Amino acid sequence: MSVKQHAEAAQEFIKDEARTDWHDETLWFVRHKRDKAVNTLPEWEILRDWASRIKNHTLSNLDYYLRSFEEKAASNGIIVHWASDAEDHNRIIHKIIADNKIEKIVKSKSMLTEECHLNEYLQNKGIQILDTDLGEYIVQLRKESPSHIVLPAIHLKRQDVSETFHEHLNTEKGNYDPQYLAGSARHHLRERFIESDLAITGVNFAIAESGSFVVCTNEGNADMGVHSAGIHIACMGIEKLIPKTEHLGVFLRLLARSATGQPITTYSSHFNKPRPGQQMHVVIVDNGRSRQLGRADFRNSLKCIRCAACFNTCPVYRRSGGHSYHSTVAGPIGSILNPNLDMKANSDLPFASTLCGSCSNVCPVKIDIHEQLWKWRQVIVANGYVDKGKKAGMQGMAWVLSNPQVYRMAGKMGRWIMRTFPFMLNNRLNVWYKQREMPRAPEKSFRDWFKENK
Amino acid sequence: MSARETILKAVAMNKPDLTELPDMDISLTIQYPDLIQQFIGMVEAAGGKAYYENSGHDLLNDIAEVKAEGKFMINLLEDSNAEEWESLNASELEALDTCYLRAELGVAENGAMWISEKQMVNRLLPFICQHLVIVLNPGGLVNNMHEAYRQINATANGFGVFIAGPSKTADIEQNLVIGAHGARSLRVYLL
Repeated sequence: MSVKQHAEAAQEFIKDEARTDWHDETLWFVRHKRDKAVNTLPEWEILRDWASRIKNHTLSNLDYYLRSFEEKAASNGIIVHWASDAEDHNRIIHKIIADNKIEKIVKSKSMLTEECHLNEYLQNKGIQILDTDLGEYIVQLRKESPSHIVLPAIHLKRQDVSETFHEHLNTEKGNYDPQYLAGSARHHLRERFIESDLAITGVNFAIAESGSFVVCTNEGNADMGVHSAGIHIACMGIEKLIPKTEHLGVFLRLLARSATGQPITTYSSHFNKPRPGQQMHVVIVDNGRSRQLGRADFRNSLKCIRCAACFNTCPVYRRSGGHSYHSTVAGPIGSILNPNLDMKANSDLPFASTLCGSCSNVCPVKIDIHEQLWKWRQVIVANGYVDKGKKAGMQGMAWVLSNPQVYRMAGKMGRWIMRTFPFMLNNRLNVWYKQREMPRAPEKSFRDWFKENK
Repeated sequence: MSARETILKAVAMNKPDLTELPDMDISLTIQYPDLIQQFIGMVEAAGGKAYYENSGHDLLNDIAEVKAEGKFMINLLEDSNAEEWESLNASELEALDTCYLRAELGVAENGAMWISEKQMVNRLLPFICQHLVIVLNPGGLVNNMHEAYRQINATANGFGVFIAGPSKTADIEQNLVIGAHGARSLRVYLL
């Protein structure tokens, strides 16, 4: 099955205008909550600056911090594994499952395991993983993927959730009450937590000086799973490290405010050692991150703490939906991370932006997202990954714009055509005519007007 | 070459020139004129309920009421033999209705409270109970997370958690639902 490009997939998404508007407004509402939370702290810009510099420093000494984390974690009784890519990651986890003859597995939200397609990998080996974050649980039942890294089911309405739960959990048909629906999921998942043998989580922050790691949730699903099961596997990308415990103060203040406008998540759990009799594993994953570290223009995308503030503010994301990005991490940050993973397959993503720069303004760790989008476009064109039509158009445009006489002639012709034969532009061959009217052409150019009126 | 060596080598080769850590002057961070009022406001904004004046009396009533209902409760505030709870597993704690425990510190900026493994005895307790009751000394309030990390020793025990409010989710159309997978309610007694 070929993957639809962003523009094509977005076209599908916006067919339902009322739902598109709802999606747009709901995410903008989350962005507003973020603004309100941010405005309660006079030191917000100082925090961003600290966070950015802590992450820059960590990346500049990352091999040292990885070694330090490994050593400290091991001395705390945590088993550390290294995975070069998604395949490695999945194999390591499968081995732990197989060695311990595990059947019942729960997982809390981890975008890394989504990136590695862990669920599918294990499913092919006959092993079922249950996603326990409510949003992820909903999309898992529907055999979909998350459309947002913080709000996985934001593309769905309560009616959709109600139907899905009616089918899978036998909830009342037509009961759309979120309290009732979430309560039913709670009831059902409690049993799964209690009987689980193994729990998989992500990692929000890993602390190099102590070998500890922190997992943040609102639902408490990570803790319910981990403290019930005999085995805990935490999966982290190499970029999750921070040097010291005191740096958590900065990041925990930024994360939830940026993500949902909460001053902190309900639970910020600090794992230092396994409990007696428990196995605790950490899988450290590269999967292209060290390559990104070597790209001077794009390396600071690795500072990302996955708050999704850039999603919620993005006018393109809000009106095209997460699935149109055909990647685990959608939105502006995904559009600068994914071309590193597969430049050809993701060559459309850096173009799914207006370059308005709002993403960079809200980013709590000061990633220059919109500039990287622009730089990726150039890399992608240089590598020949844009379609011929766009390339020819751009080259034609470059020629016209660099020849003043040609430019003036083209302008004159264009204005004449628009006035005299509007149907030549107002037709479906012209993508600029889709969903909008073409402007009325003026009689003369600004240049001519200026010459007459100066 | 092992994955470990491959990764460390690639990182060492590709990392940028060394930059410095920021010198964080936390006197630049927010201070509240009334820590208690700010803290109570944040606990309630997070969906919890806070008791301050008459809190000693209210707490006794709280415990008496839950006792009278005959529900499964664990009170770590007065239990001298807390070890008996230590080894209980999830199926043994499934029916736990209310859990009383003490937090070490509270954070005014966000209503979060630090509970170390020593205080919770069993890592499941603050999460698996239906209702969580936390007792906190108001003298143990700090302004913000920077001050909090200076006071607690986050790595002194095997596990520790900041808890702010009862568990919650907004995954269905962004509607806030209190009571996701952890506790369905949180009562905080400043005492």
